[in-house]
Amino acid sequence: MKHITYILILSFLLLRCESDSTKTTNAEANISFRFSHAWDNTPVTNTDFNTIKFTNAKGEQLSIERLRYLVSDITFTTFNNEKFVLNEYKLIDVENSQNLSFNPSLTIPSGNYKNVSFTFGFNNDDNYNDYQDLNAASWNVPSQLGGGYHYMQLEGKFIDNTSTETGYAYHAIRAVDNSVSPPKFQDTFFEIDLGEITISDGTNINIEMNIAEWFNNPNIWDLNVLNTMLMPNFDAQVLMFENGQNAFSLISVE
Amino acid sequence: MKKWHIHITLITAFVYCSCSNESTESYAPTPSALNIPKLFQDNIIAPVIPNNNPQTTEGVALGKKLFFDPILSGNNTQACADCHAPKNAFTDTARFSDGIDGTLGNRNAMPLFNLAWNYDEKFFWDGKSFSLEHQAFSPVTDPREMKSTWAEVEKKLQEHVEYPTLFQQAFGTSRIDSTLVTKAIAQFERTLISANSKFDKFLLGEAQLTPEEQNGFDVFMDEARGDCFHCHGSDKNPLWTDNAFHNNGLDETFTDLGLGAVTGDPADNGKFRSPSLRNLKFTAPYMHDGRFNTLEEVINHYSEGLKNSSTIDPLMKKVAQGGVNLTEKDKTDLKAFLLTLSDDAFVNNPSFSN
Repeated sequence: MKHITYILILSFLLLRCESDSTKTTNAEANISFRFSHAWDNTPVTNTDFNTIKFTNAKGEQLSIERLRYLVSDITFTTFNNEKFVLNEYKLIDVENSQNLSFNPSLTIPSGNYKNVSFTFGFNNDDNYNDYQDLNAASWNVPSQLGGGYHYMQLEGKFIDNTSTETGYAYHAIRAVDNSVSPPKFQDTFFEIDLGEITISDGTNINIEMNIAEWFNNPNIWDLNVLNTMLMPNFDAQVLMFENGQNAFSLISVE
Repeated sequence: MKKWHIHITLITAFVYCSCSNESTESYAPTPSALNIPKLFQDNIIAPVIPNNNPQTTEGVALGKKLFFDPILSGNNTQACADCHAPKNAFTDTARFSDGIDGTLGNRNAMPLFNLAWNYDEKFFWDGKSFSLEHQAFSPVTDPREMKSTWAEVEKKLQEHVEYPTLFQQAFGTSRIDSTLVTKAIAQFERTLISANSKFDKFLLGEAQLTPEEQNGFDVFMDEARGDCFHCHGSDKNPLWTDNAFHNNGLDETFTDLGLGAVTGDPADNGKFRSPSLRNLKFTAPYMHDGRFNTLEEVINHYSEGLKNSSTIDPLMKKVAQGGVNLTEKDKTDLKAFLLTLSDDAFVNNPSFSN
């Protein structure tokens, strides 16, 4: 009787294992992301903040005091165009070294993906939801400017054309012209494609933001003209959108 | 076989005794969850309550008694509430509070409310204390404040006719020490929740703003005018502060380094924690050193009184012109809006007074 019971239990376990392994072709992978920062080829961390040590494409000298930005909807696209979307967001705070590295709560199947991408900021569906952690971080955009959330806050000082240290607040949001009724909007979130990546359990994806790009390409940014009060400036938001396109790149996959 | 029976009987008896001891000796005070306002519940993340100091009815009651009791001071003349008066949203109307022997401090007492939502848990104007419990340690021994020692306070409380019982009820022990004193005070302070101002009611659809108040709110939220929201919250952040540290352009040189004295980083010199804009009706004078007596002075400072320095916050605009130069109407309306954040029910709440 005992033997029969053991055989039954073993058979059940074996069958169960087999059915598990046939259910999923690829094992689920835990992955992580790490965001680093540079000014062209020079790494930048918060220890480089608060000192005027950078020079933008316009030739203006500047410092960084605060850098926070939002990334969302990390998406893995297979060669069959199947998409795995991590419907999460992260507010990356370089000044306080928060979320520079993170592990999404979801796993994705291991394998080769023809593209990994993420959204800078929020797409419009996500932007007008309510997020308690972002509200608590005072990350909101005033309802007078359409509401939603900031995409980036880059702040510091620059030497202006009177040789005075002057503050700048390069804040990216969804472009809005509220001088007309109804207000005119233009989308300024964008997708960043990292290209083909092979994912296995424990894969770490290293992404870099070249901060200099925000002042450089394709629009040479003039801080003497555009330094503060940029949120209600529709044209400035569009320029930011254009300059941000090449700010992010894949550094390595480990 | 007999031996086995004896063993089993002994073990059972031991387990029974130990269980019955536990049930008679262990004591659990009554849990007392914070009453979280709807606007907080809906908009921001949960308050910070340490695992090792949960809110309890007995703990809060003890904390309140301690808060109002001058027994904590060196000569039994000064309570926490003397500098943190309920009718002033738990701050002092004096620019600098005087200690038990008349010595003045160098900063204005901070108002006390919504403290459990200070997510970074950095307290005081300069963030020198981490956690509300730790914050409560300082004033007792500060020679410019209560000028006592914890050994002396513990001795007085231990010999008191009521306190040992109250600590027993709150923490399950009648042995009083500074850690339990500060835990109790922190529990009481976490109950000081202010969320019943006119603007709160407006957001809940229970009140209307005047056109002046509405314009004042628009000034507050307009990056090209007040631009107050980046540091002081918004309709989506009912704390009306970011609890972060900024140099808001008060001085060209610093006699008080603020955060810089705590971190040792010159880049932090002249930075102080943004105070909440709630209850300004009751909390004059304003700024870390109480230099402004009226809201008009505060608004004028941001409008045309900014002073440049190496650490001034980039969010301070048009510093060379002294600020954004608000119109007189915008200034008046901004003040009207700010006063809608005042919560009379909070300062008159009998649960918060002696």
